[in-house]
Amino acid sequence: MTARRRPGSRAPLLLVVPAIAGLALLVLPLAGLLIRTPWSSLPQRLTAPGILDALRLSLLAATAATLLCLLLGVPLAWLLARARFPGRRVVRAMVTVPLVLPPVVGGVALLLVFGRRGIVGSWLAATFGITLPFTTAGVILAEAFVAMPFLVIAVEGALRGADPRYEEAAATLGASRWTSFRRVTLPLVAPGIAAGAVLCWARALGEFGATITFAGNFPGRTQTMPLAVYLALETDLEAAIVLSLILLVVSVTILASLRDRWLNSP
Amino acid sequence: MTGFLTVPARIAVGLAVALAVVGCGGDDEPAGDASPGALSGDLTVFAAASLTEAFTQIGEEFGAANPGVAVTFNFAGSSTLAQQINEGAPADVFASANPANMQTVTDAGNAAGEPTTFARNQLVIAVAAGNPLGITGLADLADPDVKVALCAEQVPCGAAAQTALAAAGVELTPVTLEQDVRAALSKLTLGEVDAALVYRTDVAAVGSAVAGIDFPEAASAVNDYPIVVLADAPNPQAAAAFVAYVLASAGQAVLAQAGFQTL
Repeated sequence: MTARRRPGSRAPLLLVVPAIAGLALLVLPLAGLLIRTPWSSLPQRLTAPGILDALRLSLLAATAATLLCLLLGVPLAWLLARARFPGRRVVRAMVTVPLVLPPVVGGVALLLVFGRRGIVGSWLAATFGITLPFTTAGVILAEAFVAMPFLVIAVEGALRGADPRYEEAAATLGASRWTSFRRVTLPLVAPGIAAGAVLCWARALGEFGATITFAGNFPGRTQTMPLAVYLALETDLEAAIVLSLILLVVSVTILASLRDRWLNSP
Repeated sequence: MTGFLTVPARIAVGLAVALAVVGCGGDDEPAGDASPGALSGDLTVFAAASLTEAFTQIGEEFGAANPGVAVTFNFAGSSTLAQQINEGAPADVFASANPANMQTVTDAGNAAGEPTTFARNQLVIAVAAGNPLGITGLADLADPDVKVALCAEQVPCGAAAQTALAAAGVELTPVTLEQDVRAALSKLTLGEVDAALVYRTDVAAVGSAVAGIDFPEAASAVNDYPIVVLADAPNPQAAAAFVAYVLASAGQAVLAQAGFQTL
């Protein structure tokens, strides 16, 4: 159904007032940042050493984390939406654990599993010589842990909204379950996957607590922009504001250009 | 406050406190000792995170000696606290882990009078209990097989670590530069690093899982801890009394027990 505006109808005040208040709550802190931005010294701060490294690492790690989440999260969402198995409700609740857990606690939990003495971590080190803490791979893992629920929940919602009769029709025409997932289901829920991926990427980009706890903070290797912002805040509020703005501008630009591309594609 | 209440009234108040209806705070002293002029009211102390254990105990002792005063603490990194104070947080006392963060408060005109140094803290090499790698000094940390956590240079323990390393002429590549001293120490207690440069008080606070190794170059990077009553203190009398208590022998004894060098 397309939304059609009838002549004379107006958005009800009961919706407009809280909507504006909600928008103000989201946007005012940003205005606060802009007010305190040291515009005159902006160019020299932008070229300060380390900023580009942190930005590059942030974009790389958030993108890699999103790809990892797509690889693991879409099948998980499909399982939750389509498959029937005992304990599905429990599994669905488990998916939201990283949302509830304070990220720092999530980071400690990751260390206990993937750390040098962790159950999986000690095995990885002994078998493959792989250590995750204090590495870029560790940053990606921490971000994926925190961001994956956003993707899974969005994709599961899209799958539940998609009409299963298309899949059934594909099945009656002889398509295997994998073929119908690939050729029918995925295109059907592509907008949901895109929305989930954007949320996931944005959350990964802003990730702080789990990253610094699990991967530590070392420039060029594990220091992402949020970590650089936090440390800048220790000594130099203006530097922290500039770093925040850079992160914000870059991420909004990327999201907006992607959105245009998706909307313009046939 | 319960100072002038009769016994049945005190029971009633006690009940109310037990029901968490009113938070009068520390009213277990006998009634009747609140003479006119005695301290009363709320006292808010902003103190560096490294003071958590010592100041909590000092606060309990101070509260017992001044039953009219309810002491609350806000423990956080000194720079965070300094920012909060300069943005107008309602605090009475500020105890900083270094003079630099205290100076941002005094420079902004938010201190009443000159800060006083009340304790000093020194770096140690923290290692797992029993010192499995046999580390004896800073030079041992330069071994590439030894994973070391330092604090980031932006925080006091990181700046002190750089000073000490420079004094020792040791160059090392840590695996991480942590955001505060407790985070560096937790990397050690979790077993992810082999050593961390932290304050002696932090090692004392963690207990027997971690051992602290003194090293001579630490003397070149001693941290002074200044304390001051704030200009906009809502309760300046109690604030002054608290600062005096910290500087007096009772407060100094608690600080010494926590591993601080006292005056």
